[in-house]
Amino acid sequence: MIYWLLSILIQGTLPKVEEQPMWIVPAPDTLSVQVINYDELKPLLHSKSDTTYVVNFWATWCAPCVQELPLFLEMDSMYRDQPFKLILVSLDFKKDYIRKLEPFVRERKIGDHVVVLEDNRANFWIGDIDPEWSGAIPATLVYRGQQRAFFERTFHHADELHDIVKPFLNL
Amino acid sequence: MKSQFGKLLLALFTFTLISAVAPVVDAYKVGEQAADFSLKNVDGNMVSLADFKGVNGYIVVFTCNTCPYAEMYEDRIIALHNKYASQGYPVVAINPNDPSVKPGDDFASMQTRSKEKKFPFKYLFDDGQKVYPAFGATRTPHVFLLDANRYIRYIGAIDDNAQDASLVSVKYLENAIASLKAGNNPDPSETKAIGCTIKVKS
Repeated sequence: MIYWLLSILIQGTLPKVEEQPMWIVPAPDTLSVQVINYDELKPLLHSKSDTTYVVNFWATWCAPCVQELPLFLEMDSMYRDQPFKLILVSLDFKKDYIRKLEPFVRERKIGDHVVVLEDNRANFWIGDIDPEWSGAIPATLVYRGQQRAFFERTFHHADELHDIVKPFLNL
Repeated sequence: MKSQFGKLLLALFTFTLISAVAPVVDAYKVGEQAADFSLKNVDGNMVSLADFKGVNGYIVVFTCNTCPYAEMYEDRIIALHNKYASQGYPVVAINPNDPSVKPGDDFASMQTRSKEKKFPFKYLFDDGQKVYPAFGATRTPHVFLLDANRYIRYIGAIDDNAQDASLVSVKYLENAIASLKAGNNPDPSETKAIGCTIKVKS
């Protein structure tokens, strides 16, 4: 598990999903992204490296989350040459992993960014991630080293997102 | 005298500043008294908390038709009302969403849902979205347990497992009601849970 987390941190990759046109892909029966608990997620929220992390909490059932997702992916490709890392923490329901999350991840090719948080101690970890977070999603954490900011809000335009991330980047 | 006046001015200025920048700062906290409201129920009648006679408190739940979390708690909210209304703690459900942002949360859809599920409790529409910000509700479902005098005694989640009622290990809300009935302060008085944002025009 630690090795796996490290490999994400270092290479920014998860096992690649074979890419095929959607219409011939059989219904996937395994989840290609990692399911982790909060103890396993926490190191990803406290990396001491000089990388700017954008951690977005989302779910396929959350319409505003799905709407803002492209803005995050756009930003990720824009900062490809920067020490920048996008993590999409899915809070999908267990019953939806195969039925909804897996097809979504495949279709959008976002497997490299997605981890699934499965941990019933929400009353603990919501406040541990940020004391001000009420638990509504979408929500986004931006951090680099000790510098942190948390946003319990939806982003509607690329500019709004860039405005909150720019102060963290060495541009 | 002069310095007192200065302090007052400063306090006024600070208050104005805070309320202008972040209205949510004014939201009710545990121990504060909630103002009553008047909202339209699915039966077309306006409902206020004062309309409930002889109650020991109110289980105010901000919920809606469309949020999967709210849906997962629907049966549990019905069960809560069926269990606690007779003990003087009725459920008062309020839909805080702007239906122009979330079409399934319009008043007609609330009426349909209420009929389909045979809601035994009032299901009110926060038309104009004035009530949920006063409470400081941020998500659906979001529970506020009030005592008979409308003092807020507990804010947060119903229990600790949205996805599976059979796997719940802590019933936060029921424990809070039990504390009130025993004359104690609920502990915890606040809990957090994942939920859907309340839908407002951007």
